Amino acid sequence: MNYVKYRKLKNSIFHGVIFCITLIGIVILAILLIDIIKRGVPFLTRTFFTNFPSRFPNKAGILPGIVGSINIILLTIAFAVPVGLGTAIYLEEYAKNNRMTKFIKINISNLSGTPSIVYGLLGLAVFVRTLGLGKSILSGALTMSLVVLPIVIVSSQEAIKAVPQYLRHGSYALGATKWQTIRKIVIPSALPGIFTGVILSVSRALGESAPLLMVGAATYVSKLPDNVFSVFTALPLQIYYWMGLPKEDFKDLAAAGIIVLLAILLTTNAITIVLRNKYQRSIE
Amino acid sequence: MRNSVLMKRITALALGLALTATVAGCGSGTNDAESSASNADNTSAASTAEKLGGQIVIDGSSTVYPITMAVAEEFKNEQPGVEVSVAMSGTGGGMKKFVAGEIDICDASRPIKQEEIDQAKAKGIDYVELEVAYDGISVVVNKDNNWVDSITTAELNKIWAKDSQVKTWKDVNPAWPAEPLKLYGPGTDSGTFEFFTEQINKKAKESRTDYTPSEDDNVLVQGIAGDKDAMGYFGFAYYEENQDKLKVLKIDDGKGPIEPTAVSIKDKSYSPLSRPLFIYINKAKMDQPQVRAFVEYYIDNAATLSEEVGYVPLDSYDAIKEKIK
Repeated sequence: MNYVKYRKLKNSIFHGVIFCITLIGIVILAILLIDIIKRGVPFLTRTFFTNFPSRFPNKAGILPGIVGSINIILLTIAFAVPVGLGTAIYLEEYAKNNRMTKFIKINISNLSGTPSIVYGLLGLAVFVRTLGLGKSILSGALTMSLVVLPIVIVSSQEAIKAVPQYLRHGSYALGATKWQTIRKIVIPSALPGIFTGVILSVSRALGESAPLLMVGAATYVSKLPDNVFSVFTALPLQIYYWMGLPKEDFKDLAAAGIIVLLAILLTTNAITIVLRNKYQRSIE
Repeated sequence: MRNSVLMKRITALALGLALTATVAGCGSGTNDAESSASNADNTSAASTAEKLGGQIVIDGSSTVYPITMAVAEEFKNEQPGVEVSVAMSGTGGGMKKFVAGEIDICDASRPIKQEEIDQAKAKGIDYVELEVAYDGISVVVNKDNNWVDSITTAELNKIWAKDSQVKTWKDVNPAWPAEPLKLYGPGTDSGTFEFFTEQINKKAKESRTDYTPSEDDNVLVQGIAGDKDAMGYFGFAYYEENQDKLKVLKIDDGKGPIEPTAVSIKDKSYSPLSRPLFIYINKAKMDQPQVRAFVEYYIDNAATLSEEVGYVPLDSYDAIKEKIK
């Protein structure tokens, strides 16, 4: 009897401990968000969205950062998703399960843990200098797609792996070719998982500043980019700069920038989640 | 069946393109509106000057960045057609790009080094060096520190030397308490670090390493403000903005203790920690009208703008103007 009580006690203690651990993360996040919102909201005026950065906190805006960041993520997705998905399909559906494939798979997993500044260096050497693309949006987006490529590949691989084998067999039984099976059965069933990868990539690409700094993104631009070869700036760079300034007001401005960054992040993620749910339903 | 899939894809592609175009379009649209608005504010200034286009690429010191950005911000009203971009990868990083001919102007918080001059020469790059303002590196302690008001350069050297054995304030000066001395300073990539070590330890980049470094001067301010036994150094602007939290030390270089102020930094009596800030311009690029216009605008307005962002302007910019005639 006593033993049962003891076990039940242990059970509820662990329930409590794990609940507290969960709370730590949430509480810290809440404190951060409250602090940022308290400081940033007074600066979220209409001009903040339409102005260029300024040395006067009340005139400063973040428009070039917003435009730059949106351009970067759109292009990054356009580069990284087709390549990443293609790689995943090859590795999961076509490649023989030999040493070479294993080697490639291990390396892709390793790449996802590589510090992003390393990709920045690569981008500087290859895109900016060798290919002569300059300090352009194109260089930035290509570099950023290298950063997120492993995430796209790994999550797409997992999604493809999770497609039940009987679906494939059913398709083959109806006389479909391998390509038809992949296109009509595997990819549609794996799409929700692929979208998850896209969400993670977008979050990463939006928040990263190190690779963009390396490829030479500016902190101040006097004109908005008009094509992919234009110089650009991005939200994290603008926030980072404001954070480092001596005047207290600029730190509040940085908080306002963080709110904008979060809003863009949540919006893009919401769009992806809506798409994912749509596909999930259509499969079911 | 096949066709409908194809159609779907084309639609998706078209949608994607349209989206990109909208982003770009609304971008340039606002830009035009912005430009014309600022034109209206400055019609007199803008109408006298010829309308220029083209690009100016600037990189370099994060210390000089606020001045250059302020100039770029004002220049935009004057010449909205010119695309100015200012990055800040540090004096060293900017110089690497400058001597490779990748940028037009380099912001620098120290003079160009011999090796950089050689690299520029090898690439056939000739440059113009312009002083734009002064900065005084300020040595600060906690507000509650009541035992020290001024410090000699020899004492600073004793504290910051590479093989320094100083652990407490008493180790530096027997009159000071035996409290542990906690040091804060900029990271080793910073021009401030390079200049301070050169002036105090007589060799650039040679410093003790057991201090709390940060590339972010605000972190240093917070560290020193929260620690009674702390000492650290950073640019004058950061002290000026945080005067209520910090106490600045007078520096004695053998000619009596001098406090860093706008006056003592400008007349260089705040020695040896008063330093000039520079811009370097690729001479060949000076032939491009937009670069020349920008540099002239820079020098014409450096006095007011550098003061606005927390630096000390030169007494007179006449000699500098001579250099770019």
